[in-house]
Amino acid sequence: MYSFEYQKAGSVADAAKAATGEAKLVAGGMTLIPTLKLRLAQPSKLVDLGGLKDLVGIKAEGGGVTIGAMTTHAAVASSAEVKKAIPALAALAAGIGDPAVRNRGTIGGSVANNDPAADYPAACVALGATIVTSKRKITADDFFKGLFETALEEGEVITAISFPAPEKAAYMKFRNPASRYALVGVFVAKTKGGVRVAVTGAGEGGVFRKKSFEEALGKSFAGSALDGVKVDAKGLNSDIHASADYRAHLIKVMAKRAVDAAK
Amino acid sequence: MPEGTGIGASVRRREDARFLTGSGTYTDDINRPGQTYAVMVRSPHAHAKIKKIDKSKASAMPGFVACFTGDDMKVGGLPCGWLVKNQDGTPMVEPPHPVLAQEYVRHVGDIVAVVIGETKQQARDAADALVVDYGVMPAAVSLKEAVKPGAPQVWEQAKGNICYDWGLGDKAAVDAAFAKAAKVAKLDLVNNRLIPNAMEPRAAIGEFDRATGDYTLYTTSQNPHVIRLLMGAFVLSIPESKLRIVAPDVGGGFGSKIFHYAEEAIVTWATGQIKKPIKWTAERSESFMSDAHGRDHVSHAEMAMDKDGKFLALRVETLANMGAYLSTFSTCVPTYLYATLLAGVYTTPAIFCNVKAVFTNTVPVDAYRGAGRPEATFMLERLVDVCAKEMKMDPAEIRRKNFIQPSQFPYQTPVALQYDTGNYDATLDMALKMIDYKGFPARKEAAAKKGKLRGIGISCYIEACGIAPSAVVGSLGARAGLYECANVRVHPTGSVSIFTGSHAHGQGHETTFAQVVSEKLGVPLEQIDIVHGDTGKIAFGMGTYGSRSIAVGGAALVKALDKVIAKGKKIAAHLMEASEKDVEFKDGKFQVAGTDKAKTFGEVALTAYVPHNYPITELEPGLEEQAFYDPLNFTYPSGCYIAEVEIDKDTGTIEVARFVASDDFGKIINPMIVEGQVHGGIAQGLGQAMLETCVYDKDGQLLTGSYNDYAMPRADDFPSFEVQHSDKPTPCTHNPLGVKGCGEAGAIGSPPALINAICNALGVGHMDMPATNEKIWRAANAHAARAAE
Repeated sequence: MYSFEYQKAGSVADAAKAATGEAKLVAGGMTLIPTLKLRLAQPSKLVDLGGLKDLVGIKAEGGGVTIGAMTTHAAVASSAEVKKAIPALAALAAGIGDPAVRNRGTIGGSVANNDPAADYPAACVALGATIVTSKRKITADDFFKGLFETALEEGEVITAISFPAPEKAAYMKFRNPASRYALVGVFVAKTKGGVRVAVTGAGEGGVFRKKSFEEALGKSFAGSALDGVKVDAKGLNSDIHASADYRAHLIKVMAKRAVDAAK
Repeated sequence: MPEGTGIGASVRRREDARFLTGSGTYTDDINRPGQTYAVMVRSPHAHAKIKKIDKSKASAMPGFVACFTGDDMKVGGLPCGWLVKNQDGTPMVEPPHPVLAQEYVRHVGDIVAVVIGETKQQARDAADALVVDYGVMPAAVSLKEAVKPGAPQVWEQAKGNICYDWGLGDKAAVDAAFAKAAKVAKLDLVNNRLIPNAMEPRAAIGEFDRATGDYTLYTTSQNPHVIRLLMGAFVLSIPESKLRIVAPDVGGGFGSKIFHYAEEAIVTWATGQIKKPIKWTAERSESFMSDAHGRDHVSHAEMAMDKDGKFLALRVETLANMGAYLSTFSTCVPTYLYATLLAGVYTTPAIFCNVKAVFTNTVPVDAYRGAGRPEATFMLERLVDVCAKEMKMDPAEIRRKNFIQPSQFPYQTPVALQYDTGNYDATLDMALKMIDYKGFPARKEAAAKKGKLRGIGISCYIEACGIAPSAVVGSLGARAGLYECANVRVHPTGSVSIFTGSHAHGQGHETTFAQVVSEKLGVPLEQIDIVHGDTGKIAFGMGTYGSRSIAVGGAALVKALDKVIAKGKKIAAHLMEASEKDVEFKDGKFQVAGTDKAKTFGEVALTAYVPHNYPITELEPGLEEQAFYDPLNFTYPSGCYIAEVEIDKDTGTIEVARFVASDDFGKIINPMIVEGQVHGGIAQGLGQAMLETCVYDKDGQLLTGSYNDYAMPRADDFPSFEVQHSDKPTPCTHNPLGVKGCGEAGAIGSPPALINAICNALGVGHMDMPATNEKIWRAANAHAARAAE
């Protein structure tokens, strides 16, 4: 890696102030550190959020959960509150990476990075989560802007993510055989406001909602409701691991399986 | 299972405590006083002319020590160890293999310069500052493209990119057999290119001693003496006496650490220039683009059969990718380690194989676990299934019908090898029983009820190991002998140090070799030390590859131990005032036959070093013996593997439901270690069959340059393999231990078993490796469409 300055943030305000210009925030570092090692990024400074205790923790609120940005995937996976309110979210967290990643990686880091094959963005979008930052609250629909792009502004730090509890939800992931990231991941949620379906891993622009599925499932929340719905391969990734056609097919298979497994 | 510590006991691996607690000493763990760090500047292009290299910025960087390019380092090229001749008798095209690129780069990762810094970071920063101006040229990348007329030329002297056009077998006899065949089965197949991925990346430290003028190279090698010979004699002109190679703990090789690599020569040469130690350690992404790759064949095969499914003749045409340069053993892999195995375990009377080796603008391709034999086995065992389909015969029965029978040994194949022994029905029967072959239709039906496609696939492999009889390989173009050396040093109190030319990089030699010593001398394991991997300590060695360690290195060890025992008898006879011929050695004691007069091994050892009462006029003091062993033939491990798979039609995912292995390795020293070798080999073979593949784009950029894209198998991809050793083993007839070697079998035998099972489940004629989820999904859909018709 290239050399950089290191600063341990004392508070969220401290971090927000420091995270300007070529400085970068580091949460769990599960993406950033390997990127630095490969010399693919050259930040002037790393602002470490690791010491900010008030960003860690899970609270049950209004039937849903609010998860502090520095809460690890392992903590989400094993949380009684999350398992009770949104078991699909706990299961998703339990399926991220490997134990080392789950014990270091954080929900805030994952969401802020917005890797197009990451799992959390699908949960945020399908569950209609709210991203809470040092400045404001942003709906998940508005937050994820494209590949590795979010609505975050310079000096804005994610502090928590609030998930309303759905009636039923499930996440089904088809893993890339090499990286084990989502080749296709589909999060289906039956919420008070209707059915929401979010797809990760497959789209050229990162996570997206599958409106045609939402409509069909709104009429009948059963896997078979998707039988007649066509999935267009346009706009889907095609690479050495899977063609766009195959991804389109998998979106439907994973969605059906998620609907049938939802609880 | 035998108790104790001798041959046949499943002694726990003595070396594992060191490895599992992080106390091993790998090359990168070694640091020398005043050490500097080297970074290799590698070509980002598959094919380019080096127009200019500007060192000015790099040399101004903090901590910069030195930078050398091909213009600075005018030394010999990296040698190729095996001369293969064309069918017309002319030699292969053997282009130079410069250590640092001369004028042109020929693959992504080709080394253009080395930059040395005081710290690793400084070396990297300075390397980043080196300006290389390339004139990019068109690249020949895939086999099929490289042999097309008008393809870009990797080497001017290799017209059509052909390195050699080689043949083995009786073409006329094959043509005659095809002319009268009742049926012919045909198959086109690809053996996918693999990247080896040893757990420990390659590393090298060069150190020059100003006082003596001696060079030391610490390196991740499977054969340090071979590196000393190749680098000393061919590349750097350093006499062996001034060059020491240390290959300490090595974390896996699988063949990729056999070869003499440029980085070894670079740090050794450069340390002589700057007079400071230099360390280079590959980053993982460097390993992907600089470790020699494996496999990469495109073949067409045809089998002629009579009306009953008896094989009459086999005809094979293969294109084999050499990459951009000829790596150490590259040329023999698709020839003498491949076509010679095409008889398999069958009596096919006539075989002809034509191999064209092809240069491409890719990383050199060389031996990788199995080396040629997996390619032969995959082709043959797939083709046999196609034959069974053609004849509407059961795959087990067509194999049985064509097996070489136990009464036919020694069996001369039509492709040069003479198998000394084997029993192929025994391993087939055992595997069929293990998997409950008869119960398969019921299991298929049960799977169908769950909406799954279940398939079963058989593979009966044979391999030629214990490499190799020097005279035989010499007559075939090898530029080295392939014997092994062992030295047994008995210390005065009876403890023993073994110096072996074999090299362990995961195989467990410190346990198995000690078991052989314990068995022969009756000395407890704690008093036996196995020393390997250092030319400064070990007399000579050809190293470890080709499942040769126990069959060749173990045999050398037995010969040396026998010499120790023979001398011990003389000493004991003198002590007991008996005739030497009356002295027997058993259970660690020299005993006068028929009496209770005895001397322990320790007493005899002490006498050898404290020769107060000693036959000094007839015998030298001391107790140390050395032996070289050159095998009389290859060894021929064989066996039967059966895979059973279940396919999810909706996603194309495949579950390996069961995998059974029945192997005949002859005599086994440590059954647990052998079982572990088979498990690892099968995982590697199934990795090739299901997941792994090296992908270049059309410009020669490596698309699978990291674990994000190169799919390594993981434990949860597989069931626990059921591994058994043949209940009717056939010990090797020509080495003293009766052993055959087991290191590569799993990787050789398993890919066709899995692909045969997948083809069986899907009802398709063939599927190339890796059988990815998408390929299976597409085939399953086509299958469903056919079924609906």
